[in-house]
Amino acid sequence: MTLPPILRRWETLLLVLLVAIGAVNIAWSPFYLGVGNIVNLFQLSIEKIIVALTMTLIIVNGEIDLSVASVMGLSACVAAYLFHAGIALPWALLASLAAGAAAGAFNGFWVAYVGLPSLAVTLAGLIGYRGIARILVEDRAYGGFPDWFNALGQQPWIGPVTVSIVVFLVMFAGVAVVLHGSALGRLVYVMGNNVQAARYSGVRVKRVKLLLFTASGTVAALAGLLYAARLGSVRGDMAVGFELDIITIVLLGGVSIFGGSGNLVGVGLSILLILNLRNGMGLANITGNTQTSVIGALLVLSVLVPNMAQTLHTKWKGRET
Amino acid sequence: MRWLQRNIRPEQIRELSLLLLIVVAVLFFGSLIDGYYTSRTFNRIAASVAIITVVAVGQTLVVLTRSIDLSVGSIAGCTAYFAGSMAAAHHDLPPLAVVLIAVALGAVMGAINGVLVAWGRVPSIIVTLGSLAIYRGILIDYSGAKTVTTDSLPAWIVDLPRLTFVTIGNLDIRAMFALAVAIVVLFQIGTSFLNVGRQFYAMGSNPDAAHLIGLPTRRIVFSAFLLSGALSGLAGFMFLARFGNITVEAARGLELQVVAAVVVGGVNIFGGSGTVFGAMLGAIMIGTLEQSLFRLQISEFWRDAILGLLILLAVASDAVILDRLRALWARTDLKLVTRAEAEP
Repeated sequence: MTLPPILRRWETLLLVLLVAIGAVNIAWSPFYLGVGNIVNLFQLSIEKIIVALTMTLIIVNGEIDLSVASVMGLSACVAAYLFHAGIALPWALLASLAAGAAAGAFNGFWVAYVGLPSLAVTLAGLIGYRGIARILVEDRAYGGFPDWFNALGQQPWIGPVTVSIVVFLVMFAGVAVVLHGSALGRLVYVMGNNVQAARYSGVRVKRVKLLLFTASGTVAALAGLLYAARLGSVRGDMAVGFELDIITIVLLGGVSIFGGSGNLVGVGLSILLILNLRNGMGLANITGNTQTSVIGALLVLSVLVPNMAQTLHTKWKGRET
Repeated sequence: MRWLQRNIRPEQIRELSLLLLIVVAVLFFGSLIDGYYTSRTFNRIAASVAIITVVAVGQTLVVLTRSIDLSVGSIAGCTAYFAGSMAAAHHDLPPLAVVLIAVALGAVMGAINGVLVAWGRVPSIIVTLGSLAIYRGILIDYSGAKTVTTDSLPAWIVDLPRLTFVTIGNLDIRAMFALAVAIVVLFQIGTSFLNVGRQFYAMGSNPDAAHLIGLPTRRIVFSAFLLSGALSGLAGFMFLARFGNITVEAARGLELQVVAAVVVGGVNIFGGSGTVFGAMLGAIMIGTLEQSLFRLQISEFWRDAILGLLILLAVASDAVILDRLRALWARTDLKLVTRAEAEP
């Protein structure tokens, strides 16, 4: 019993699941296929899926960044704090992007140049960056941004498509080119497979890792600003717990948590899958909290199922010979 | 110097310096806050330390085996709520039964994590990030977002936090703090002198070697998660006794404090080194900071930023300073050995 290679691929499984969920959603709700719902489906999780793109690079590289949700909160709080201190909003936005880049570079420094495990460093970041955000805004809520900033998150721009969605599409193309079409992308895979071998082959391991973490921080800051624009107000607990969804999207997309394998096609399918799943559960009146439980279960299953499949496969082969 | 090196290990130097840091912190806060050195301050810190310590003991075992358990906050929240609603519904339930219910429920939740990590070969960070969300979700669905309130609980639970175990001078040592210390002593002895305890270290130092010499590596990892869950369950009960009012948000974020306590206490995040006693010192450091910052009123908002910095410094000092010390110790050992061989 051997399946043709194309059917054994993880992406095929994702596609089948996606079609199944889509079919259930169409049967369930007449509104599902409307343009409004499709845009809405992207719009409701747009910040998470933007960050998932850079998270893909980090995990393929064999590291993890748990601090992204806190950096999202931090960037929004920095912008709101500076704006309310009387600085013009464009400058405040620029400063908050810089703060995100600095936060990412700070993580990257400890991981790449001191050699600490990214799990510990970014866990410290998860707590610490949220802490800085709380120091800035305490328990207040900042609103009253200019209309053009709020429009950034909500107003349709090209047809029904919003700025956030355009940012996502451009970034998806960009990350695809970097990961699958550039020398840097190959280095990311090589380091994920065997960082020692990469170092001995003359790869500037430290510099690549620093670059990736800085990129992760910057993109998380951008996503945080888009989130603030969509909500129209900023609080200290913005985006708490988003790392769960983001990491689930990447791992469900077939990226190995041990690094070195996975591709953006899988991550793209996984994004569509999770968005449709959440949308479908929303249409079926399942609460956000149960949705989070389902996402948690998906996270565990996305690693457990391939593991089990491999174990069974090895046993099968052992019996044949 | 040679006497020092023969009698004290680098890890112990680390624990001693943490102890020194705690003393410095207490002196520092004492000079800033009026009436700091009172039994009231002590009890407030001890109540917070007791809960963090109990969970940190379990977390230490998990981290020793090269894993991490991020679901402890959700487990403690679930057990606090469940034990609370049981006790509220059946006032005649004996105290021991309520505690056992909490511990057993925690153990089951820990066992689920353990099975997935040990036999499912899913990395612990993934399993427990998932179960962090799932357990909390189950709690919210099960409870229907209702709250366990203090006045619905039997009197013995409400009075438990003020129950004094022993009085030294004018310091009252509360029963819950004494329980936490007893657990630390028990597990410190277990992990230092018993075979089953040393297996956690063997597994974390070198999993392949542990497997080759015939240790049941999967069972070791499983039992670490089982114990972590059971102790989180116990902590859930202590949480119920301390606060009385249990919402679905109970103990959210506890995992961050606990991981911080363990890492600050010198348990190596790569596994294989660190002690339960060190984890308790870490918990005391964090409890002291938390309660003292609260008293200082420069706002509790600083707490998280300081906690994050503390974790980073702890991990960095382990990697940079402790490795140098270990190398120094190893060189001296080598010198002693060669000199002993040279002398007839």
